[in-house]
Amino acid sequence: MSSVTIDNTVEDPKQRAPLVLNHDDFASVTEEICRVNEAPKPPKAWYVSFIIANMLAGLLVLLLAYLFITGVGIWGNQNPVMWGFPIVNFVFWVGIGHAGTLISAILFLFRQRWRTAINRFAEAMTIFAVICAGLFPGIHVGRIWLAYWLFPIPNQMGMWPQFRSPLLWDVFAVSTYFTVSLLFWYVGMVPDLATLRDRATSRFKAIIYGLFSLGWRGSMRHWHRYERAYLLLAALATPLVLSVHSVVSFDFAVSQLPGWHTTIFPPYFVAGAIFSGFAMVNTLAIPSRQIWGLKNFITMRHLENINKIILVTGSMVGFAYMMEFFIAWYSGAHYEAFAFINRAFGQHAWAYWIMVSCNVISPQLFWFKKIRRSIPLMFIVCLAVNVGMWFERFVIVLSLEQDFLPSSWGYFTPTWIDIWMLIGSFGLFMTLFLLFIRFLPVIAISEVKAVMPQADPHHDQKHGEAKA
Amino acid sequence: MSQLVTQQSDHPRPWGIMAEFDTPAKIMQAAKHVHAAGYRHWDCHTPFPVHGLDKVMGIKPTILPVMVFFAGLTGCTLGLILQWFTNASTFDMWLIVFVRGYDFLISGKPMMSGPAWIPVIFESTILFAAVSTVALMLLMNGLPRLYHPTLKNRKFLRASEDRFFVVIEVRDPQFSQDQTEAMLKELDPISIEMLED
Repeated sequence: MSSVTIDNTVEDPKQRAPLVLNHDDFASVTEEICRVNEAPKPPKAWYVSFIIANMLAGLLVLLLAYLFITGVGIWGNQNPVMWGFPIVNFVFWVGIGHAGTLISAILFLFRQRWRTAINRFAEAMTIFAVICAGLFPGIHVGRIWLAYWLFPIPNQMGMWPQFRSPLLWDVFAVSTYFTVSLLFWYVGMVPDLATLRDRATSRFKAIIYGLFSLGWRGSMRHWHRYERAYLLLAALATPLVLSVHSVVSFDFAVSQLPGWHTTIFPPYFVAGAIFSGFAMVNTLAIPSRQIWGLKNFITMRHLENINKIILVTGSMVGFAYMMEFFIAWYSGAHYEAFAFINRAFGQHAWAYWIMVSCNVISPQLFWFKKIRRSIPLMFIVCLAVNVGMWFERFVIVLSLEQDFLPSSWGYFTPTWIDIWMLIGSFGLFMTLFLLFIRFLPVIAISEVKAVMPQADPHHDQKHGEAKA
Repeated sequence: MSQLVTQQSDHPRPWGIMAEFDTPAKIMQAAKHVHAAGYRHWDCHTPFPVHGLDKVMGIKPTILPVMVFFAGLTGCTLGLILQWFTNASTFDMWLIVFVRGYDFLISGKPMMSGPAWIPVIFESTILFAAVSTVALMLLMNGLPRLYHPTLKNRKFLRASEDRFFVVIEVRDPQFSQDQTEAMLKELDPISIEMLED
């Protein structure tokens, strides 16, 4: 692999910027991506992070056991804040998930060819984030053994779920989202699993990859239906991704609590979800490309494009914060106005200002090209956005603290179990992600090949020559 | 063609002939020739979908989107029926077990709460459409398949890496060992090999 650095961030209207650097044939592309899975041992950084992630995930399991034995009283959830950390974490993780589907579906429909280098692991991130997200409402029901009441399953009580409740819409939205994301991820991976099968050095690997690649043999008659199916999945996932966080926002907006009962919630939640998800994509992509030497595929141009999306969605989120305040005043509703002044200057004002500085101010730094293209600076901004978006959900949920009647006001304090369960969910997420990097194709190999200029059948012809 | 197909069971039967190419341009050229020669049981194998190759091969547009549309419609209807039955009806129905609807009265809202049912109807539409997209695509492609004659060939391993293959099956009525091989040779392949079943 040559180490020549080509700057592919320059905008030249006369020619397309290359998306794959230092490669002009398909074999070397396969070689370099498969090296991540085929190396006899992963890098030291993998072991270190895997051990840490595994310990945290183990801690989560222990805390879950403690929770099931003892009950939800071990959390800080208390009247009037019955929705504490579990719902904050749920909305946070579902939001993270949104970037994966945005990259794989919406950017696909818009023919953004740069998505090919990052879609695979962004989709993986989506699935693992939705697993973490699904965990929290599941354990928040209290009596976990009755969680099946969420689904319309015939039972001896003749009891059905109540479909006029947004909480039930959420069950359907999130489970559909998980299923469709998983299908999308897996279908995209089938040709690459076939590549790993064909390169397998041991019989065991060949059998495992062979089973999961479903006997894919790159037949053009298959590719034809495959591409059509992929397009259909993208077209179905696009409205789905917008609906999921809208439905999540209905959990809040359909109630009558000041600070929740606003019509801006669905678009504001969707923008925030994409914002946080892209920040997480960058947070994962920057170390991964460094450790596994994927800089020829996840180039500076890719990172810069992600930063531009963070800037756009960050500005939308900032605008939504402003509009919330404006409408709180303009509506003339006293409770609404109080809720917002209380957010900014009340008992949890510190959380509000962490949110504003991380989500509104920090992404604005991406107006500067230098910051957009500096790895350490963008990494810091993305971490700040991750923190800020968690606090956004925290601030929203804490509207419960002080609603209409001062006699029922309260102050929410999380317990150490709340905090360690949040950290433990990061452990679960990272464990799954590190296993994914080790055993599955981390970049969509066949898609990357298809966006190389060599993939065009007319590549060798000069301009003006008759096209075949 | 008949003398090629040996009926002895201990001998591997020839299944097809395979020509290997190294660029998308060459496979396009080859596919054009094979299609023009009138073969029907043949295929191209490529590491990524080569743009325009399906048209050159004469592959007709798949009816997958139409089928997915009806799958979505089914999901839509089922989502509506599910909510109507469980929340706004009172009759018994046999669905493996006997189930009875329950007419929930929530804050005096009408039984047929159309707007409140939209999210679940939407989600079930998407779910049915997406699952059937994948299932039908695999079904129509004859996948999953644990065995295929091409996958036995060592050279064919590069079909998922950087080589492009034309495979013509022996069962094609036009197939003749000599003529087909001669035609493929003219197309300037890297190699030509027989595939065995």
